[in-house]
Amino acid sequence: MAEERFDVVVVGAGPAGTAAAYTAAKGGLKVALIERGEFPGAKNVFGGVLYRKQLEDLIPDFWKEAPLERAIVEQRLWILGEDSAVTFGHRNYKYKEPPNCWTGLRVKFDQWFASKAEQAGAIPIYETVVTELLRENGRVVGVRTDREDGDLRANIVIIADGVNSLLGKSLGIHREWQPDQVSLAVKEIIALPRQTIQDRFNLDDNEGCTIELIGQTCGMAGLGFLYTNQETLSIGVGVMVSDLRKKRIKPYDVLEGIKRHPMIHRLIQGGEVKEYSAHLIPEGGFDSIPPLAGDGWMICGDAAQMVNAVHREGTNLAITSGRLAGETAIAAHAKGDFSAGALEDYSKAVRASFIYKDLKKYRGVHGLLASGDSEMLFEKLPQALNNAAYEMLLVDGVPKKEKQKIAFRHVRDAAGGNLNLLRLFLKGWRAMNG
Amino acid sequence: MLHLVVCIKQVPDSREIRIDPKTNTLVREGVPAIVNYFDLHALEEALRIKDEHGARVTVITMGPPSAEKALRQCISMGADEAVLVSDRAFAGADTLATSYVLALAIQKAEDEWGPVDMVLCGKQTLDGDTGQVGPGIACRLDIEQLTYVEKVEYLDTEKREIVVHRHLEDGVERVKAKLPVLITALAELNRPRRASLPGLLRAARYRPIVWTTNDFPNIDRSKIGLRGSPTIVSKTWVPEPKQVNTEFIEGDGPEAVAQALIDRLYATDLPQKLGWT
Repeated sequence: MAEERFDVVVVGAGPAGTAAAYTAAKGGLKVALIERGEFPGAKNVFGGVLYRKQLEDLIPDFWKEAPLERAIVEQRLWILGEDSAVTFGHRNYKYKEPPNCWTGLRVKFDQWFASKAEQAGAIPIYETVVTELLRENGRVVGVRTDREDGDLRANIVIIADGVNSLLGKSLGIHREWQPDQVSLAVKEIIALPRQTIQDRFNLDDNEGCTIELIGQTCGMAGLGFLYTNQETLSIGVGVMVSDLRKKRIKPYDVLEGIKRHPMIHRLIQGGEVKEYSAHLIPEGGFDSIPPLAGDGWMICGDAAQMVNAVHREGTNLAITSGRLAGETAIAAHAKGDFSAGALEDYSKAVRASFIYKDLKKYRGVHGLLASGDSEMLFEKLPQALNNAAYEMLLVDGVPKKEKQKIAFRHVRDAAGGNLNLLRLFLKGWRAMNG
Repeated sequence: MLHLVVCIKQVPDSREIRIDPKTNTLVREGVPAIVNYFDLHALEEALRIKDEHGARVTVITMGPPSAEKALRQCISMGADEAVLVSDRAFAGADTLATSYVLALAIQKAEDEWGPVDMVLCGKQTLDGDTGQVGPGIACRLDIEQLTYVEKVEYLDTEKREIVVHRHLEDGVERVKAKLPVLITALAELNRPRRASLPGLLRAARYRPIVWTTNDFPNIDRSKIGLRGSPTIVSKTWVPEPKQVNTEFIEGDGPEAVAQALIDRLYATDLPQKLGWT
């Protein structure tokens, strides 16, 4: 066992763990940051969008030095039909200075973020796996790692070991996954010359664009995305595991289908696939958030199921929860009290934050996705909307009033009648406004 | 107590190296740096001797400030002290100039921490592949050199002698030598250890000792850096891939294709050459 004792041991150097380590170390605590990857970011995967606000709370003006890809000036939403799309979007150059969000690559960003925690004084312990929590009299008192003499004692362990939280499971607060609580995302990084990307997406240097995609997920609940980086595109799709099981379709087959869509194909063609990755995304939402603290421990980020699937927000929830855990650790250290009662302040802080409020708002989305309406919501309706749009814009001598009826019929028939359409609409409304 | 010096080099990770098609030079930008593969085996052997006989292990590298990371890795594995010999004046050194500076540094390490009993190096670096620096150091220190060592049979600290197996092209040579001696390590020598947790903690806080030209009052400036390096790279190129005759074997189903492949192979003299019946 290592002789020395730490104030805080953080498990996992993703955005949540690094934010916690940074905060606690900056507050003067003795912190160790443990990461199983060769370096932070080596094993981490996300869609690709980072937001300013939450990180700026931690490191003012961080974006002037952090390795970010492109400041997003335009966000598009494409509802895909088989060979068509109904598109929405908003471009605004006000998003540029200061940027609202960026595309980023984790392999660069996480390394940079962890280096800030190291500069603040956190001791990096990488390529090291935490195999279990050390417990005495029901309290967590440290961690056991897979290294020789690998026990490390600490007053507080902050658990940020990601979506498949093994430590959360060992505490009994994280159950085995249910297939309808998790989606599987696959992603490719496709290299293209900078200028080609800028031409295809109508961008200037350092400006970026994101496209979210609904439809063409083989009738399964899921979303696709296409993001612009400096000299690469990130394209991917996440699909509910319960639907993948039901349909017996592999996620990369879904991605291949999306890549062949005529509107997508034009944007990515000629590119070279540089990287392929897959990752689980917690979709359980509000109702799957576990207890957040106990005697000697706190849990944050993906490990605590903090993902807002509707707004593709995960990293900023992770960063904020990590910061709150770090701040709670500082306060607990000052009081010399590391009991569940003292660390409960972290749960309170999370409940008072946007994390809790946002996840509560979308509380019903999980039920909607798991309700068995996937075929309808992610295949039939998107296609019907495309058919309706086609009908409306086609000039073929049919009177406009008749056209409207035909267009509406497309949508109604896809939904299985007026009543069903109303039911779906209400269900969706409630899910989004829980 | 024995004093062992391990010379290491931080090199670009060869698994990630690309060659710029226009200039035919290595693209080092963005390529992660690692401790030269063979040097880790040299360090491991020194640490094994330390475990068995007790020894002080000093690691020395000549390189840019970023080489600190490589030295820290050596500390995490169990080295006692790490020295970074770093100065702009050393830049552009070839193997001649490098071995000169490293030999000076080893002499200085003797002044600081006592006589050196053994110097350990990797057999060669991944980025230079010359295998000249180890022998160059031995010549300058005027000590025995045992290159391409695949096994240390025994080390007798009383008699101050060592017996090693040198792996040569035409066989293995068993050699006895008197200390002090310089060894260059093959990968077969051992399996480098994984750092312990206390080792990692020590390494995270460790700051290597830095020596610049000012720390070597008697240094001959005509023998260091570019000036001290007679090697000239006149040209580099990438060999053209060789064209080979390719034959596609087709058939109905994997079994048929496999059978066709076997038939095709048995139609050549290859099975006979390989001793198949």
